[in-house]
Amino acid sequence: MKINHSYSRRFFIKSSSAFAALAFIPLTVRSFFNEVKEKYFVKKQKIPLSVSINKKEYQLEVDTRTTLLDLLRENIGLTGTKKGCDHGQCGACTVHIDGDRNLSCLTLAVMLPGREITTIEGLADGDKLHPMQEAFIENDGFQCGYCTPGQIMSAVACVKEGHTGSVEEIKEYMSGNLCRCAAYNGITKSIQQIAT
Amino acid sequence: MKPFEYHKPQNKKNAIELAGKTTMYISGGTNLVDLMKKHIHEPDKLVDLTEAISSEITVEKNGARIGAMLSNTALAENENIKTDYPLLSKAILKGASPQIRNMASTGGNLLQRTRCPYFYDTTMPCNKRNPGSGCSAIKGFSRMSAVIGYSNHCVAVHPSDMCVALVALDAKVEILNTTGETEIIDFINFHRLPGDTPQKDNNLPEGAIITAIEIPRNSFNSNFEYLKIRDRESYAFALISVAAALVLSGNTIKDARLASGGVAHKPWRWSKAESFLKNKEATEENFRQAAEIAVADITPLKDNKFKAPMLTGAIQQALLNCLSNN
Ligand SMILES: Cc1cc2nc3c(=O)[nH]c(=O)nc-3n(C[C@H](O)[C@H](O)[C@H](O)COP(=O)(O)OP(=O)(O)OC[C@H]3O[C@@H](n4cnc5c(N)ncnc54)[C@H](O)[C@@H]3O)c2cc1C
Ligand code: SF4
Ligand code: FES
Ligand code: FES
Repeated sequence: MKINHSYSRRFFIKSSSAFAALAFIPLTVRSFFNEVKEKYFVKKQKIPLSVSINKKEYQLEVDTRTTLLDLLRENIGLTGTKKGCDHGQCGACTVHIDGDRNLSCLTLAVMLPGREITTIEGLADGDKLHPMQEAFIENDGFQCGYCTPGQIMSAVACVKEGHTGSVEEIKEYMSGNLCRCAAYNGITKSIQQIAT
Repeated sequence: MKPFEYHKPQNKKNAIELAGKTTMYISGGTNLVDLMKKHIHEPDKLVDLTEAISSEITVEKNGARIGAMLSNTALAENENIKTDYPLLSKAILKGASPQIRNMASTGGNLLQRTRCPYFYDTTMPCNKRNPGSGCSAIKGFSRMSAVIGYSNHCVAVHPSDMCVALVALDAKVEILNTTGETEIIDFINFHRLPGDTPQKDNNLPEGAIITAIEIPRNSFNSNFEYLKIRDRESYAFALISVAAALVLSGNTIKDARLASGGVAHKPWRWSKAESFLKNKEATEENFRQAAEIAVADITPLKDNKFKAPMLTGAIQQALLNCLSNN
């Protein structure tokens, strides 16, 4: 059997006049619809937010749903922090909040006023790389580089926390950062080099 | 994520005033933000508890008191907890990753939802997520599921490591209910079995907040072990975990605690095995018998029969490690 997918001219005229009629729905009906919508659907909430990122103050207006990761990448343009899984399972989005490592994909931006955020862009001192960044270059701590910003942020925290007593301890305390290229040996070596 | 209003009350009284059918609390956000992204939870109002409840910790003669907002890292690394309740430190450090432990709160850890893969897959039936829709795990893939205390409505397990140590240590949960009263719930009665209402994970009254955890003073700080078996050595949920602790006088067991994660809808206490061990000698043979007593009560599902020998071995090994670890 042949199925005819094309619409007839008659159907077209009928349906377009129906759409045209919609424009004439009285205002009262439309405002009634808007009232119903307001009652049953929560509106997007945008709130003013001041945050400090890499020692710079930002005054923004954000949707309450924005994660710190999306705030950094989409609203501010700091794309060094990477989105791997967006569900807390890979560590690519690791940043420091008040000096401690956190996952930016599970952090709501609206919860951050008063806290100091450091991203990979804030690690170097001008043109001078952070020693951990140098160590990653020296020790081949990466291949494709996608997990690297998260690895370096986590590595800096790992050294600060003092969890570098042995290769096993480093591996345990770096287990929250996955590397699809398996550059793990270079990463561990970089951390050992900085810790000693 | 569905749009929501955001509130940040400055004290717990103001927090409970915001309670309501479509309100949810948030602490570390490590579980809730994920669930909101997947539309498994869709609060209209999100109440940030980070400034409303305490993150203080005090360890005194009669026990420890932990503010519900204290982070998992701060709790595990606390010097007094490490000396007086080292089982708790060890269990926490076997869970999640350093980043997640930095964010996660003590209260949120108790209320994290199951990691049953069907609960997270919104295209599949799941009684816990959508009551009455059916349980996909029973007929599907039940490798990670429960071996005891489940029902034909739900076979999920509670995923926490910290809670296994807390149930072993006879902890108590302090809560503030919506009428403004403080209640104390024994940890062992906090989480519940699924029965025919698996959508309810615990007995926390609607709208109530967890304000603190209390652990009574005990002598389980010299002979203890938290043993966790998982698919990879770190950053993975437990297939089976065992918290074991003994009080010894010479080689005689004066008191014993034995609990497991990865086996039930709640952190599970092996009370029969504990009573068996009391006043027995701490020998390999007695540990073997204790493990057999515990495992005799389980009924594994189609895909998790391996959990029976795994649990037997894990209990024996954990008890043995109590003698040598410390
Ligand atoms: C990739 C990954 C791996 C993990 N691995 C492990 C693991 O191996 N072992 C383990 O034990 N855990 C693990 N976790 C879970 C983690 O420990 C929990 O997500 C965390 O403890 C939850 O705490 P939170 O403060 O972030 O809770 P939130 O996400 O803020 O909240 C969780 C729930 O508790 C409610 N809530 C929070 N605080 C309160 C309060 N004070 N009163 C009332 N209600 C409250 C919220 O409304 C929400 O329903 C893992 C998590 C992830 C993402
Ligand atoms: S075991 Fe429970 S959580 Fe998993 S699919 Fe069945 S009802 Fe849902
Ligand atoms: S993107 Fe945050 S953990 Fe993967
Ligand atoms: S370098 Fe490619 S993912 Fe780590």
